[in-house]
Amino acid sequence: MSAVMTSSTLAGGGLTIPRSALGPKGWTALMAAVITVMALVPLLNLLVPADSVFHLSDFAVALIAKIMCYAICALAMDLIWGYTGILSLGHGLFFALGGYAMGMYLMRQIGRDGSYKSDLPDFMVFLDWKEVPWSWAWSESFALQMLLVVLVPGVIAFVFGFFAFRSRIKGVYFSIITQAMTYAAMLLFFRNETGFGGNNGFTDFKRILDIPIAQPSTRMVLFIITGMTLIGFYLMARWLVNTKFGRVLQAIRDAENRVMFCGYNPLAYKLAIWTLSAVMCGIAGALYVPQVGIINPSEMSAAAGIEIAIWAAVGGRATLIGPIIGAFFVNGAKSWFTVEFPEYWLYFLGALFIAVTLFLPQGIVGGVRKLINKDKAEVKA
Amino acid sequence: MNRSDTDIPSRGTGWRSWVATLGLCLALLPLHQAHALTMAEALAISAGDNDARIVALQAKLGKNDPGMIPFLQAMAADSVKVSGQLVFIVDGDVAKDAVTGQTVALPADAEDVVNNNRMSSEIEAFLAAGKLSSPDLDARKEGIDALSAVADESKLPIIDQALSTEKDAKLKALLEVVRAKALLAAAEPARRIEGARFLSEAGSPEARALLMERLQDDAETDPSVRQVLSIALDKVNSSLAWGERAGVVFTGISLGSILLLAALGLAITYGLMGVINMAHGELMMIGAYATFFIQNLFRQYLPDAFDWYILLAVPMSFLASALVGAVLERTVFRFLYGRPLETLLASWGVSLVLMQGVRTIFGAQNVQVENPSWLSGGFDLFSNLTLPYNRLAIIAFAVLVLVGMTLLITKTRMGLFVRSVTQNRPMASCLGVNTARVDTMAFSLGAGIAGLAGCALSQIGNVGPDLGQSYIVDSFMVVVLGGVGQIAGTVYAALGLGLVNKFLEGWTGAVLAKIFVLVIVVIFIQKRPQGLFAMKGRSAEA
Repeated sequence: MSAVMTSSTLAGGGLTIPRSALGPKGWTALMAAVITVMALVPLLNLLVPADSVFHLSDFAVALIAKIMCYAICALAMDLIWGYTGILSLGHGLFFALGGYAMGMYLMRQIGRDGSYKSDLPDFMVFLDWKEVPWSWAWSESFALQMLLVVLVPGVIAFVFGFFAFRSRIKGVYFSIITQAMTYAAMLLFFRNETGFGGNNGFTDFKRILDIPIAQPSTRMVLFIITGMTLIGFYLMARWLVNTKFGRVLQAIRDAENRVMFCGYNPLAYKLAIWTLSAVMCGIAGALYVPQVGIINPSEMSAAAGIEIAIWAAVGGRATLIGPIIGAFFVNGAKSWFTVEFPEYWLYFLGALFIAVTLFLPQGIVGGVRKLINKDKAEVKA
Repeated sequence: MNRSDTDIPSRGTGWRSWVATLGLCLALLPLHQAHALTMAEALAISAGDNDARIVALQAKLGKNDPGMIPFLQAMAADSVKVSGQLVFIVDGDVAKDAVTGQTVALPADAEDVVNNNRMSSEIEAFLAAGKLSSPDLDARKEGIDALSAVADESKLPIIDQALSTEKDAKLKALLEVVRAKALLAAAEPARRIEGARFLSEAGSPEARALLMERLQDDAETDPSVRQVLSIALDKVNSSLAWGERAGVVFTGISLGSILLLAALGLAITYGLMGVINMAHGELMMIGAYATFFIQNLFRQYLPDAFDWYILLAVPMSFLASALVGAVLERTVFRFLYGRPLETLLASWGVSLVLMQGVRTIFGAQNVQVENPSWLSGGFDLFSNLTLPYNRLAIIAFAVLVLVGMTLLITKTRMGLFVRSVTQNRPMASCLGVNTARVDTMAFSLGAGIAGLAGCALSQIGNVGPDLGQSYIVDSFMVVVLGGVGQIAGTVYAALGLGLVNKFLEGWTGAVLAKIFVLVIVVIFIQKRPQGLFAMKGRSAEA
């Protein structure tokens, strides 16, 4: 049972977390994050003149916003993988489903401004459809469509998880079937007949809630909402892993059989965290689409699902802050590499996957903690 | 006047080169002998009333006049001009006399010869008829194709003449279909019925297409002919159905054999060693590129033996992938045994590096791997079912690899070591087995088999850096469905998935079939998490 042994070494990191959700340092860092998102970024982007060194370009704001959406996914991955020991390669699917739900609303918001001047989205006119298919019934209402952002990933994850966990599928088997599920969904979404724009997906959005989507103030509001969602989810996750529920999850990760012998039924716990994690990804997707301006089936590719796992692994599993750092590190590196050395990006990413699994099994945060502990030990000696 | 200019350029280059060769031959002959075409005839064909032009054209039919061909060729390309009583062929800026072929100055008042659809189709038919008497098989085939495109009642004499001289059985059959097509378009209902009767006997896919086309809403108006047509269609359909069924089974087995090749290596690395090797597809890709490399070497240095490059490519693709596998095992996977989820991530990283590496070396474009001549073509089982030799060879190859691998695992000393290390590593180590060495050997064996799969794939599809990506999910499905560590299960799962996939494809189209198969596999795993052939006993939980 070597899998258990590895997991329990990870738990060593988890147990050092103080009982109260955050220590004094943590609260300070949190306040700093809130101020950055709420005040600093808007100020530097909107008020500081463009030629000043302190000016934050629109590109940088968009990049940070995009990475914050990814960070929410990485956080969701940490809950299910880092704390419960279930590696999902299907989180790309939930992210895309949330994105598609938001995209449908945004497509209807284009109204008659599309290139065919029709009430229907352009791709439907192109396919010669006369009315929206049943799946688009709610797409004109923002509130109902936002409900779908939560419901679609939630229900799919619930049903899938129920059957998978009930038959006690775990470990690699679970990873592989989540990947197969995502792959099947990607093939489905690539079809024009599915009714979600085929391989072009949705793009060319104009408005959200009747407000032009491209104007700086809208972008900034979306940025702030994304940032606050990330911080909110972080606090929720921090609280959750310290509750009794969170402790049971970690126990399941370390020794599922023993948890069962103690009288717990892991099904309910796994299912709850799995569904929550999927919903978080769905919300991240819904925030991602209006800011990036496109959603297509490639978000469901196997590569996208695995990348989410790598963000969590690079930052450090079972640390909550680690996956966020990992998402920023990997995606920051990606946007730098693809500009500076486009040829070498995949070499770097591949090497990162290998190096992290071989040399940094606890990620950046784990590595830093180890260094700090070593220093402390030296000071004491 | 909607004649499209693309008619001629869209023909294969074969006919052009043929025409060019012919032109060259003509140029070498004394001109006045070759050119039986007179200026009066050329003028009659080029100018005047369309009916009269066609009569003039048909008068030249069957005369075997080589001067007609370049002339009509130019007509079809809209490069003939008429001025007074003279006809010219214009090639760029140069004008030539249509009869003597000598370069002359083009008079300022020269007008373009305009061909309407009817005229063009007559010209096409004439050119096609000219080719029908060619001694070259391919040229005759092209002639028949060209004739088929313009077939109607007026072409029946040409077709009948060709039928009387054609010796090749295949071409004769093609000509008969063309004849039936011409009959179907005849004005007289009796002739149309004759055409339909003939097609019902022919029972080929082309016959079906012709009948269905004729049965469309406004094509055939005579009810009695319609009835004969639909009876003929039913008959054709039922005679084609067997071929189709056999075709589905064959393509299913063929897909199954490919899946089997892709999954066999994985059955070792994943099934026996527990390494989730997401780079398995890239090891296949390396095998395919090794084949490409060997092919190029043969083309460069041993063009005479090109047909046999595959015999060297098979072992080389095995070695190339096995070598990469051994290096990977020594440097990466060795440190991750017992941590399957981490091997998954690391091997994904490996796959990215390998893919990008191949892009850097060979470029991002797909490369061409050519079949040896003895692997191209196929074996005609039914009129509508040809079994391609390369697919048959892959099925045989998959069986060979399977047998070889089974013997290796069950009968040899190395196989014994691999099994013992898998079952109980410390005990095997105690008994003096060098477990580290066995791990490397076993992993490179799995990688090498992936290389063989890549070599096989290079014979039927594109070879590119993404080759492996499309197989990785499928091959994991096969291994998981068959039951981890069960080679027999892998075989059944591969064939089963291949057949189910192809049967569903017939109903639902390729994409939905694939989705259904994935869903079926996912549901199946929910029901039997250990796969088709579950391991029993203590090892089941490990």
